[in-house]
Amino acid sequence: MTNTLLSVRDLHVDFGAHAVIRGVNFDLSAGETVGLVGESGSGKSTLARAILRLLQPAQGSVEFLGLDLLKCPQAELRAQRRGLQVVFQDPLASLDPRMTVGETIAEPLKIFEPGLNAGARLRQVNAMLERVGLSPDMTGRYPHEFSGGQCQRIGIARAMILSPKLLICDEIVSSLDMSIQGQIVNLLLDLQRAAGMAVLFISHNLAVVRHLSHRVLVMYLGKLVEIAPCDALFASPIHPYTRALLAAVPRIAPHAAGAASPQAPGELSPPQAPPELAPAVLASAEVASAEVSPPRLMASGCAFRDRCPHALPVCETSNPALLEVAPGHWAACHRSHETLNPLSLRQ
Amino acid sequence: MGAFADEAARRLRSNSAAVVAVIALCAIMLLAWLGPWISPHNSQTLDWLHIAARPGMQSSHWFGTDRLGRDLFARTLAGTRASIAIGLAASVISLLVGVSYGAVAGYIGGRTDHLMMRLIEILSGLPLIFFVIFLTVIFGRSDYLLFFAIGAVGWLTMARIVRGQTLSIRQREFIEAAIASGAGAGRIIARHVVPNVIGPVIVYATLTVPQIILFESFLSFLGLGIQEPGASLGTLIAEGAGEMEAAPWILLVPGSFLAVLLLCLNIFGDGLRDALDVKDG
Amino acid sequence: MTPTLSVERLRVRFSHRTGSIEAVDGVSLQVAPSECVGIVGESGSGKTQVFMAAMGLLAGNAQVSGSVRFEGDELLAVDAPTLNRVRGSRLTMIFQDPMTSLTPHLTIGTQLAEVMVAHLAMPWRDARSLAGRMLERVHVPEPKRRLGQYPHELSGGMRQRVMIAMSLLCEPSLVIADEPTTALDVTIQAQIIELLRAVRSEFGMALVLISHDLAVVAGLADRILVMYAGRVVENAIAGELFGHPRHPYTAELLKCIPDINGARLARLPTLAGQPPRPGEVREACPFAPRCPRAADRCRIERPELTGSSTSQVACHFPLTS
Repeated sequence: MTNTLLSVRDLHVDFGAHAVIRGVNFDLSAGETVGLVGESGSGKSTLARAILRLLQPAQGSVEFLGLDLLKCPQAELRAQRRGLQVVFQDPLASLDPRMTVGETIAEPLKIFEPGLNAGARLRQVNAMLERVGLSPDMTGRYPHEFSGGQCQRIGIARAMILSPKLLICDEIVSSLDMSIQGQIVNLLLDLQRAAGMAVLFISHNLAVVRHLSHRVLVMYLGKLVEIAPCDALFASPIHPYTRALLAAVPRIAPHAAGAASPQAPGELSPPQAPPELAPAVLASAEVASAEVSPPRLMASGCAFRDRCPHALPVCETSNPALLEVAPGHWAACHRSHETLNPLSLRQ
Repeated sequence: MGAFADEAARRLRSNSAAVVAVIALCAIMLLAWLGPWISPHNSQTLDWLHIAARPGMQSSHWFGTDRLGRDLFARTLAGTRASIAIGLAASVISLLVGVSYGAVAGYIGGRTDHLMMRLIEILSGLPLIFFVIFLTVIFGRSDYLLFFAIGAVGWLTMARIVRGQTLSIRQREFIEAAIASGAGAGRIIARHVVPNVIGPVIVYATLTVPQIILFESFLSFLGLGIQEPGASLGTLIAEGAGEMEAAPWILLVPGSFLAVLLLCLNIFGDGLRDALDVKDG
Repeated sequence: MTPTLSVERLRVRFSHRTGSIEAVDGVSLQVAPSECVGIVGESGSGKTQVFMAAMGLLAGNAQVSGSVRFEGDELLAVDAPTLNRVRGSRLTMIFQDPMTSLTPHLTIGTQLAEVMVAHLAMPWRDARSLAGRMLERVHVPEPKRRLGQYPHELSGGMRQRVMIAMSLLCEPSLVIADEPTTALDVTIQAQIIELLRAVRSEFGMALVLISHDLAVVAGLADRILVMYAGRVVENAIAGELFGHPRHPYTAELLKCIPDINGARLARLPTLAGQPPRPGEVREACPFAPRCPRAADRCRIERPELTGSSTSQVACHFPLTS
């Protein structure tokens, strides 16, 4: 694709003996929003840090506008950071407590546009504050004087001030109140549309991802298990983990009473509405996913097989590759071709 | 930084012991520097008529005189001036060197940090007094040597403290955010690390001053520091020690000044730590 | 029938050098035996503080007034030994982060057995075997092995199961679960909600489920209380609340929950402004600044909780179905 912005190939990240990211490949195009979902241990936040080279991957390449960020010299990397920005999860922790809000937002300008005089800088900072819904008279205040939502806006202002081509959002609404989440998401949507920016939106909140993304990547224990256009993923998920994830999201059924189950009974939910994973299976599943033991992961076979209700003997021995099952829809499952006929999965 | 300074100042003001200590310190410093105008005597003039005279309000020698007839009041004030000046100057130097060294070691980490810390450990292991004596033998006595020796005392521990603080700051998200914004190591250390570790550093620096003054006094007491006819509290105490039985005031006057000075500095340092501690982190 | 828990006009203030901050501003509620009550609210709502007051776990600078009665006995301003007879045995609590609420240097078995030894004067060996059986009942795989493990060796979901087990050991009448699933992955969250449902039907105790997530509460609660800025603004049967919310805040909050099933939206529904921080409430009705229905009366006159036994609301202009 000629407008590929980011190209990640064969990325591996190890924390000591523990493989956190085990071979990730994907592309991201200019202007598109890609949602990255996964739970703890999936490696999604580590992926963000690897792309930003905040840690050094063991293997692989991250090409941003053609330049491999992992191999280029530090000075070149710093120059590229202008186009590749990030907003972190904890709004207050990502702001320097000893710097005023104005100084924090101005810092990227000081780094990349040293020629600007103080007045011009201040004007840009004020303009940015207004664009994120804050007022310019807040420049002299300190982060601890603001709420979580406001701090997140400041973080977004800092990330956007140089109009990056790609913005990585690492769980940016997870620590915010529900009535505020929408504000931040809408702000992001507005800024993105105005700037034509690409966004990598990392979240465990599937509902939010659904409304934001063009495409969705699903990660499990360091690997991508499914990639699909957003509508396709939510309407007809292929990988059993994706289906389990969607089934587990608690919903408010229209006639909810004390007996309401986490899955909405039938209406508009994914075709596989009844619980995919029985509690007993889920319980034992935790043993596998939680105590992530390296020898286990290094073993051949699909990482999800211990929790998967549809596992076959082949899943023990052979690691399924990420294959294009339908146009634009990729899944790493030996049984992905069977989803066309849902009944065959019910054993 | 403004809001934090205000808050810390307010907390300090409410600590009565610290306030008294500060007032006493200011009084001593004022006295030391304005002394020459108050006292009719010079710290160097020998008054043959009043050798080892007792302190008294009637005579012009309020604190008495020493063995050579020099006015003790003037000499003590001169000594106080010297001790405070050396203490402050050496503290500032050790602060600058220690903070830079520690911040760089802590931030860069890895092998660089390893090497830098090994160097500190080696230097800490050197018996300082012997080192100073050794240097005195080679280079002769000089005030510059004194400065050097004293500077060598303070910065080692300061560097360790700053490195420790830097290590704990290093992993915090706002540092990652600064790196992701494209800031280089120099900028991050100067603008993000140092301002955030400054709390414990200031406290330690304040508590270093009395240490340094004491060390200088010790060196001078041993004859390695300030030379005649200059005076520091250490040299005065050394002289006074020799006259303890016959003319105790020669020891007591500079001794009390030193004791009060150190006490006030320590109380102030403690108060500062309490004032800065609460909001940190 | 005495309610299991009865809170009346509870006020909690935290004193600071600049003054005192109101965290709970006159809350009254009741929990009937075997009832599951969901408490929903955002930051600053005071939902946790109400139950910290009941458990006697408030910070040192807290001033409490009002009454909290558990099975008829007053809990506030009662001395520690009296409170300790009740807490941990008949009135138990499950916290949000099991890692910090379990003692890191004691094994799971010790911590579980300790509860029974302390409250039921049981010998250690019996207590340990009962602990093992309770771990089975909460579906912890390989319970014998777990007894000898330390908290850090268990996953988040597993630790939460241990906490649930711990809360059930002395057959409590009321279990308070404070955001029990917030720190967990969504698949594990689903399991814990299932577990809580199973446990409720098996043990029959009352359950208070505190959460900021209405969907989590929807799966379990018979009745739901919505709190805002230290007050209860709506108290209704679950079906009523979701189907016909009467307080504007409840209605807006329901709209804010992004729907994973419905049509994709160009913009997410949201509520302007933010919940007030404790001590920041200026108007008589704390929701007035953000309320689409606010009128002058709302700024001057404080709305009190009124209504029937099935549905109460604190609003001058409640929504009608």
